[in-house]
Amino acid sequence: MAATTGRSAGRTGGTRGSTSSARGSTVKRATTVLPEDLSPAPVVLVVGGESLFAERATAALVRRAREADPEVSIEHLEAAGYESGQLELLTSPSLFGGGTVVLVNGVEAANDAFATAATRYLSAPTAGACVVLRHSGGQRARGLLEAARKTGAPEVSCQPITKDDEKVDFAANEFRLLGRKASPQAVRALVDAVGSDLRELAAACGQLAQDTSADGDGRIEADVVEQRFGGRVEVTGFRVADAAVAGRADQALSLLRHALATGADPVPLVAALAAKVRALAKVSTVGRARGADVAADLGMAPWQVDRARRELAGWSDPGLADAIRAVAQADAAVKGGGRDPVYAVERAVLTIAHARAT
Amino acid sequence: MTAGVSEPATVAEGVWTDVVGQVAAVRTLDRAVRAASVPGPGPGGMTHAWLITGPPGSGRSTAARSFAAALQCARQGCGECHECRTALTGAHPDVTLLATEHVFLRVEDVRPLVSVAQQRPSLGRWRVIVIEDADRLNDTSGNLLLKAVEEPPPRTVWVLCAPSPDDVLVTIRSRCRHVGLRIPPAADVSALLQRRHGVDPAIAAFAARAAGSHVGMARRLAVDENARIRRREVLRLPERLTSVGNAVLAAADLMKVATEEAKSATTERDAAERADLLRSLGAEGATSLPPAVRAQVRQLEENQKRRATRAQRDVLDRSLIDVLSLFRDVLVVQFGAEVELVNAELGEDVERLARASAPEDTVRRMDAIGRARRRIAANVAPLLAVEALMVELRFVRAR
Repeated sequence: MAATTGRSAGRTGGTRGSTSSARGSTVKRATTVLPEDLSPAPVVLVVGGESLFAERATAALVRRAREADPEVSIEHLEAAGYESGQLELLTSPSLFGGGTVVLVNGVEAANDAFATAATRYLSAPTAGACVVLRHSGGQRARGLLEAARKTGAPEVSCQPITKDDEKVDFAANEFRLLGRKASPQAVRALVDAVGSDLRELAAACGQLAQDTSADGDGRIEADVVEQRFGGRVEVTGFRVADAAVAGRADQALSLLRHALATGADPVPLVAALAAKVRALAKVSTVGRARGADVAADLGMAPWQVDRARRELAGWSDPGLADAIRAVAQADAAVKGGGRDPVYAVERAVLTIAHARAT
Repeated sequence: MTAGVSEPATVAEGVWTDVVGQVAAVRTLDRAVRAASVPGPGPGGMTHAWLITGPPGSGRSTAARSFAAALQCARQGCGECHECRTALTGAHPDVTLLATEHVFLRVEDVRPLVSVAQQRPSLGRWRVIVIEDADRLNDTSGNLLLKAVEEPPPRTVWVLCAPSPDDVLVTIRSRCRHVGLRIPPAADVSALLQRRHGVDPAIAAFAARAAGSHVGMARRLAVDENARIRRREVLRLPERLTSVGNAVLAAADLMKVATEEAKSATTERDAAERADLLRSLGAEGATSLPPAVRAQVRQLEENQKRRATRAQRDVLDRSLIDVLSLFRDVLVVQFGAEVELVNAELGEDVERLARASAPEDTVRRMDAIGRARRRIAANVAPLLAVEALMVELRFVRAR
């Protein structure tokens, strides 16, 4: 983390930045900027759930403000517990000159007093002051954001990254920012190992860059990742379920063990199995109809229907019945009906994997 | 289940009028009331703690309230005096009623009763404490009551209600005198519906039969047409179960019906409660909640959520019992027994199901229904439990 924020600005892994420029589509608002490019303006918006991007954005902004004026004062404000007058007090010009950056946290939980004060401030911002509104998603205080956008305030979008491919892009970008290269296999392995939390992923990239020598071509290879993060696979219940319904008992069991070892609880694991088997059973009723046509009837997304149909190959009606029975039995067992929850899930996974063939 | 022979409606008097079809239990309680009205211990006399048990809908809480009223009444339960009427509605200062709409009665709920039990009656002759859901006492709250139930002051009476003596802690049970209620005859329930709600005799008879003599359910079915429609939808489900996929879809439909019914019962009330709370906190009409009242509102919302969970489970359980009654009828037809069908109006469907399967299949299906109900009670995801049930219920065509 510290290593990244300390370096000079460049294009960093905001999804919006990389995908929109790649596809050549126009960015929604002319005022949208990448986290690392954020510089002081009368009012700045930092919107979205991923706190890593938000922190980088504010850090970049504060750094630029300090470059411009070393004496700038940095103030923090909580929008939820705001008392009227605070914003005016902090933004009013100082007797000794010098600017102010006011970092307002928790705008998504702002009280009425703050909403009123901020809206008023938008119409008459103080010269030399910069107010940063940090909103981490949700519908509250949306009106304030819209009003700020109308004044042309720059906005950083901090949408969370969820897809694996985007995480790979992000990690590759991290290495590039750190002035290092990594092989695609290495990046992939790293995302598999620590990809569930973006902050952890960024920290892992930083650590790898520091731990390895930049001599020669300095490329980080998969074996180095394996050395430091090897054997650790972050597994969600859905991956276990995928392997189980594909009939790959051995793989499903090993993934299940990884999941349990990295802190997954048996109850959500069973829920994931149930969701998977449920999807298969539902899709088994629609025959060859197009996914998009039947999706609404089944209460699923079209891609879920298509995917379930592919996975349905090799399944028979009695097999599905066995699978559903096994999952229901396992759910009863993990909710206190059995002695060993882990055994119950394991048994359900095995039954599902074997039910495919029957 | 009620036998086909319709018994004559038993007519009780005074406060006991609404305790339908419970001759023996009413006699026991009435004798206790009469014994209590004369000082000193006597035969068949009064006891300090009672446990009233009976199947759901047999009128446990009604019996308990009537008992409380009869104890307060100067004429041993005339049903007309001020004492009787206030005690029956729970407004009598010396009658404390405790029921819950949540899954458990928690320690916070029952702790106040311990101190109330120590107070002398203020107006009436007895301080009566009625716990309508004693089966929902958990270990902690049950243990808290032990001492209070064992040795209350001379003028305090505890009345606990539960479906069966096994549903209360053994240490509580051993401190109480047990009164068992039976399933009331359908004819009595039907007569009650006609008398109290002015329901048409044919509908009253149908409702009493379809509800398995569950008084509350029968009333619902008799007065609410939507409830009748929903019941019919539920009973049509087994027809559709031809494959695993259809079974899973049917399970989703059943859950939807249950959720809707539970929601129709709670949504309006939730909104009203919230508005009331905001008004009493002085935050009426605020666009966003002031931080100071958030804790209270959150507490209310949590309570409402718990209530919704319970309501959904109750409705689902009721639907499963309806399905069980259908297969009971199927079994009756398969055995050619001379017993009245619960779902006489679905005679053709029952016949068809009976022809399509063997009695042992029907018994297996009824077992599966019981298993699903147990699972839902044990906190298994309701949708999953119902899916597994529907899979068991499905009719497998030639493989």
